[in-house]
Amino acid sequence: MTDDLSPDLTPDLELDCRDLRCPLPVIELGRRLHEVDVGQLIGVATGDVAARTDVPAWCRMRAQEYAGESRAADGTPLYLVRRLT
Amino acid sequence: MLLDNAREVVAEALEVRPDEVTFTPSGTDAVHRGLLGLLAGRARAGDRLVHSAVEHSSVLHAARWRGGPATAVPVDRLGRVAPDDVALEVTRGAVAAIAVQSANHEVGTVQPVTAIADAVGEVPLFVDACASLGRTPLPRGWAVAAGSAHKWGGPAGVGVLLVRKGTRWRNPFPGDDRIDERTAGFEDIPAALAAAAALQAAVDERPLLVPRQHGLIDRIRTAVARDLRDVEVVGDPHDRLPHLVTFSCLYVDGEALVHELDRLGFSVASGSACTASTLAPSHVLEAMGVLTHGNVRVSLTRDSTSEQVDSFLAALPDVVARIRAEVGL
Repeated sequence: MTDDLSPDLTPDLELDCRDLRCPLPVIELGRRLHEVDVGQLIGVATGDVAARTDVPAWCRMRAQEYAGESRAADGTPLYLVRRLT
Repeated sequence: MLLDNAREVVAEALEVRPDEVTFTPSGTDAVHRGLLGLLAGRARAGDRLVHSAVEHSSVLHAARWRGGPATAVPVDRLGRVAPDDVALEVTRGAVAAIAVQSANHEVGTVQPVTAIADAVGEVPLFVDACASLGRTPLPRGWAVAAGSAHKWGGPAGVGVLLVRKGTRWRNPFPGDDRIDERTAGFEDIPAALAAAAALQAAVDERPLLVPRQHGLIDRIRTAVARDLRDVEVVGDPHDRLPHLVTFSCLYVDGEALVHELDRLGFSVASGSACTASTLAPSHVLEAMGVLTHGNVRVSLTRDSTSEQVDSFLAALPDVVARIRAEVGL
């Protein structure tokens, strides 16, 4: 789990989905992607285990780029997405 | 005598020898005995188990209960394990056995059992065939295999354990001084007879039923991909079990979807986290890297009709749209 972390990437916008359970973190991502510019990074901070699979799957389905998993300041898993469109 | 009769019927339907057939108290028990007995019989060759990442939980639980090293081989987006990947694990040494299912129970993808057996030389294969027995022929290449009677329309409480002649299998559980050393306790003979009769019936009706079910599932796969936006229909579209399909709908709560379809009279299953007692998504969907939320699995029974499929497909888009509207997407 630690080998695919991308610690040097900091999102331009971090979504606090710590208290949300599947599918709400991905819904939040879908709703708020437009708040970053094309080329910028948006991060989903959540402990929801489904997000590890569902954020990359969302990127594939919505033609966005999955930029890897990092950690928020408090250690919560942070899933990074680069807006492409 | 009656039990021998059931054994012969099962052997003929599966094209195996009668002395390779054992009746067990369930499919789960057949998996546990089959896999653990194969590993025990190969203790001198090594103690590692290599298995696909999408095995049924009964295989994963048996592996965990045993302790000892186990390596999961990843699958592709369709849920299929590559023979080369399995063979590569074998070259790392000390492999006692390989566990690979005949076909996946959640997404239907058929596994390349025979190609794996050919690629790994003398390392024996345990094949969990619970999802496919009665529907498709047992693939060549197994040393030990397991099946479950209720999956082919027989009674619950009967499993079938197959141990290939010449395979070294050692009882992993306390022994029982019976003629058939591979099981414990007295077989439920009426249930075994019913299981054998149901298997024979399933094999007899297969030439008509399998193409019909395959076609109905094709219709569901095509219509779901066409009529719903942001949906992922998963598993191999062609080389798959005839009777089931799984798909995931973006932004949809799996539990809400299952309940809403149930209210309309459609009974479906789901691999989404919110529908599981563990609150974790299906390990099969995870291993495939496909969307785990908003997940629905449709299984056809032998008497599912074309009209039922039509009414399901007519109802589905509205149900999904309603759930999405509630969250504003």
